[in-house]
Amino acid sequence: MNKLKFIALLAGLLLTATAHAQQVQVIKLPELQKRLSRPTDTTYVVNFWATWCGPCVKELPHFDKLTTTYKNQKVKVLLVSMDYASQLDKKVMPFVAKNALKSEVMLLNETDPNLYLAKIDPKWTGSLPFTLLLNNARHKRQTFEQEFTAEELQKQLQAFMK
Amino acid sequence: MKKLLPFLASLLVLVLSSFIMLRPVADAGYQVGDKAADFKLKNVDGKLVSLADNKAAKGYIVVFTCNTCPYAKAYEQRIIDLNTKYAPQGFPVVAINPNDPATVPGDSFAEMQKRAREKKYAFPYLQDETQQVAHQYGATRTPHLYVLTRQGADFVVSYIGAIDDNSEDAKLVKTKYLENAMTELVAGKTASVSSTKAIGCTIKWKKS
Repeated sequence: MNKLKFIALLAGLLLTATAHAQQVQVIKLPELQKRLSRPTDTTYVVNFWATWCGPCVKELPHFDKLTTTYKNQKVKVLLVSMDYASQLDKKVMPFVAKNALKSEVMLLNETDPNLYLAKIDPKWTGSLPFTLLLNNARHKRQTFEQEFTAEELQKQLQAFMK
Repeated sequence: MKKLLPFLASLLVLVLSSFIMLRPVADAGYQVGDKAADFKLKNVDGKLVSLADNKAAKGYIVVFTCNTCPYAKAYEQRIIDLNTKYAPQGFPVVAINPNDPATVPGDSFAEMQKRAREKKYAFPYLQDETQQVAHQYGATRTPHLYVLTRQGADFVVSYIGAIDDNSEDAKLVKTKYLENAMTELVAGKTASVSSTKAIGCTIKWKKS
């Protein structure tokens, strides 16, 4: 009996863990801005991507892997989907599940890039993928409007954290 | 001084080389007010097209776009409509596909011809085979728009950026950035909002 309970508990835990990993929070710009302005000594790796963007999909695993590689360091990976909010259930959730993403995924639900792009970063001209390295406590910020290989990303992040 | 010279020389080389490396990034290219260089690119009908060809044009709506990007597709009808509206006012659309077909087969010249035929493009759809025009303009994504106005013998960049504020649904658009600028430009004024931003697909550059 006890054993059964234990198995049930384990199964329950597993289920919630999976469900948690697959959550995608739909946010508006002010929430994202708030999130990116926390005065912590954590290095944020913020990757803006979309399921329809080929280069994004290609490089996304490199970003997601950082969550595991830097598990014991103050590094936080945020994967911000620029898909339309209407595509959340049809495209984004299935993509996140299929790729078993371990990092925090959010979807930016805004329609007018002319209003929000510059508020995320003035250097962003609007192409995807776009990556932001950020450490507010150390007042460091670097942007990349390009696609990364795993090696390039590691190199940039290590240089940034030095 | 003797020691300083080689140091300065190597510094100069360093600065110059970093400048060269930085050249293809976003802030290179045209700003509003710059003179746009003419080009000669192959249209889907096989003929070469230049800005100078159309003597009656008061300007052009130059749009870097492609067959394959979902944003370009979302805006395709709106680009067709822009030509319908502004070509009679002297500002026809010139569409340029800058993508490397080796990376995106859907953007090959044959596929461009097919697309233009299917959608009955009434404007040139040019292939920027060397990607030199896209580099020169500073285009980074598709779609990416540049409105040029004729000023004497030159074409001057008068608007850069977005078509409107809602890529997903044309019916939900609140601000038509480009049309607002066009109203002023057609009237011979300068655009009060001459530079806007939009999301798009990265131009697929040739692997160097």
